[in-house]
Amino acid sequence: MKEHWRTAWTHMRRTPYQALAAILIMFLTFFITTVFILTAGGFQAILRYFETRPQVTAFLKDETTSSQVDTLKAKLAQTGKVKEAKYISKEEALNIYREQNKNDPLLLEMVTANILPASLEVATNDLAYLNEIAQTLRVEPAVEEVVFQEDVVKALQQWTLNIRMIGIALISIFGLVSLLVILVIIGMKITLRREEIDILQLLGASRWYIRAPFLLEGMFYGVVGAFMAWGISYLLLLYLTSYIIKFFQGIALLPVSPLFMLTVLGIEISSGIVIGSLGSLLAVKRYLK
Amino acid sequence: MVKFENVTKKFGELTALKGVSFEIKSGEFVFVIGPCGAGKSTLAKLILREYLPTEGQVKVKGIDLKNLRKKEIPEHRKKIGVVFQDFKLLFDRTVFENVALALRVLGEKEEEITQKVINILELVGLSQRANFFPVQLSGGELQRVCLARAVVGEPEIIIADEPTGNLDLGTAREIVNLLKKINDKGKTVIMATHNFEIVNLMNQRVIELDKGKLVSDEKKGKYHLP
Repeated sequence: MKEHWRTAWTHMRRTPYQALAAILIMFLTFFITTVFILTAGGFQAILRYFETRPQVTAFLKDETTSSQVDTLKAKLAQTGKVKEAKYISKEEALNIYREQNKNDPLLLEMVTANILPASLEVATNDLAYLNEIAQTLRVEPAVEEVVFQEDVVKALQQWTLNIRMIGIALISIFGLVSLLVILVIIGMKITLRREEIDILQLLGASRWYIRAPFLLEGMFYGVVGAFMAWGISYLLLLYLTSYIIKFFQGIALLPVSPLFMLTVLGIEISSGIVIGSLGSLLAVKRYLK
Repeated sequence: MVKFENVTKKFGELTALKGVSFEIKSGEFVFVIGPCGAGKSTLAKLILREYLPTEGQVKVKGIDLKNLRKKEIPEHRKKIGVVFQDFKLLFDRTVFENVALALRVLGEKEEEITQKVINILELVGLSQRANFFPVQLSGGELQRVCLARAVVGEPEIIIADEPTGNLDLGTAREIVNLLKKINDKGKTVIMATHNFEIVNLMNQRVIELDKGKLVSDEKKGKYHLP
C-alpha cells in the first residue's frame, strides 16, 4: 500500500495543475455542501424556536377576573390540543417590556403596567391546531385580541424547504461535476502513462497493482477537498458567529456543537472518498481494459 | 516447458505464423531466427499471452494459454522475463528503480528488493550505474538494464526479443554471454534474433522461421538464411 501511495504521490507531483484543479472542484462541492448544511440546520433551529414558543397570544380585557382566566385555561385544557397555557399579568408584561427595551430609556418612560394588557400565551401540541385554538379564543368574551405566529412559521417552513431543495440540487450538480472532473483528470493521467502501464502489464503486474495508485489519487483529491472545505466553512462560521448571534437575538442558534461539525466532517470525507474513488474507478474501467 | 501445436496466427488477411509446432524443454537455450517479418516477435508475444493463436495451441508448463482467464495473465507473465529490442525502460526512473520494479510487481519486501537488485546489477556489470537514468546510458548498458530487470525475479523462462538488434557485435556478444550464464543456472532462454554471427557463435538449438512457417529446428543449429 505504501508503494501505491508513493506512486500516486509521484503522479500528482508531476502534474500539479491537474491535481490543483481536482482538489479545487472537490473543495467547491464540499464548501457548498457545508454552507447548505449549516444554513438548513440554522433554519431548522429557527423553525423549532418558533414552534416551541407560545404560539397563540390572547390579550385579555382589563376587567377580566382571575376566575375567568382559570375557566378559560380549563376550557383550553379540555380540547386536548394545548400543551401549555400561561397567564401573563400586566406586571409581568411590563417586566418583559422593560427587559426587551432596557437599552432604550426613551421607550421605558411613560410606560406603566396599566397600559399593557394581561395575556394568555398558549402553546399547542401541533402547529395544525393553531388556527382552531385561535378561533376558540377569539369568541371568548374575556379576550380582546388574538395574535398568533402561523404566518411566520409557514414562511419559515417554506424557506427551509426551499433551501433544502436548492441545496440538494446544487450539491448534486457539483457532485456530478466533481465526479466527471476526476474521471477526466485520471483518464488523462492514464493516457499519459500508457507506456508505463504497458510495461507493468508485461512484467506481470496485477490489475490492482496498476489501478491502485489511480484510485488512491482520486480518493486523495476527495479527502483533501472535503477537509479544506470543512475547515474554511468552520472558520467562516466562527468568524461570523457574533454577527449571527446579534441578528437572531434570543434564538439559540450558536455556537454549533463541535460534535455536529465533526459529524459533518466525517460525512464529507466519506463522500469525498466515494466521489474520488468512483471517478477514478470509472476512468480506470474506461481507459484500462 | 513451452509447446506450440500447429499454431497459426492471423492479423486480418496477414498470416504471421502458419502451422508452427515445436517444443522447448526446461533449461534449453533456443534461438528463434529468421528475417524481419518471419514471425519471431509474434511467437514471443504468443508465449507472453499478448496474443492468442488463431488456430492451434500454445502451452506453457502444460497450460493452454487460451484457457487462461484475464486475471490469471499477470501470474503467467510473472513466470517469464522479457528482454525487448526497444528496452521498454521507464526513462523517468533510475537503473535501480527500473530493475526494482520487476520485484515490486512480484510483491517482494523492500529489503529483499534492494539486495537482489544490487546482486543482479553486479552480475550485468552495472553496479556503478545504479543511480543513473536511462538517458545517461549507452545502448549496450540499456540492454543490460533490460536483461537485469528480466532476470531479477528469477523467472523460469527468459524471452529475449531481438536483444542485440541495436548493438554492435562486441556488445551483442556480452548480452548473449549473460543470457548463457543465466541459462547455465537452469533457466529456459528463448532468444529471437536475426544476428547470424551470434547464432553461429553459440552453437545452440535453432528454430528457423520464414514467412511465418517453421523452416527448420536443429539441436546445434546455424544460421542458414541469407
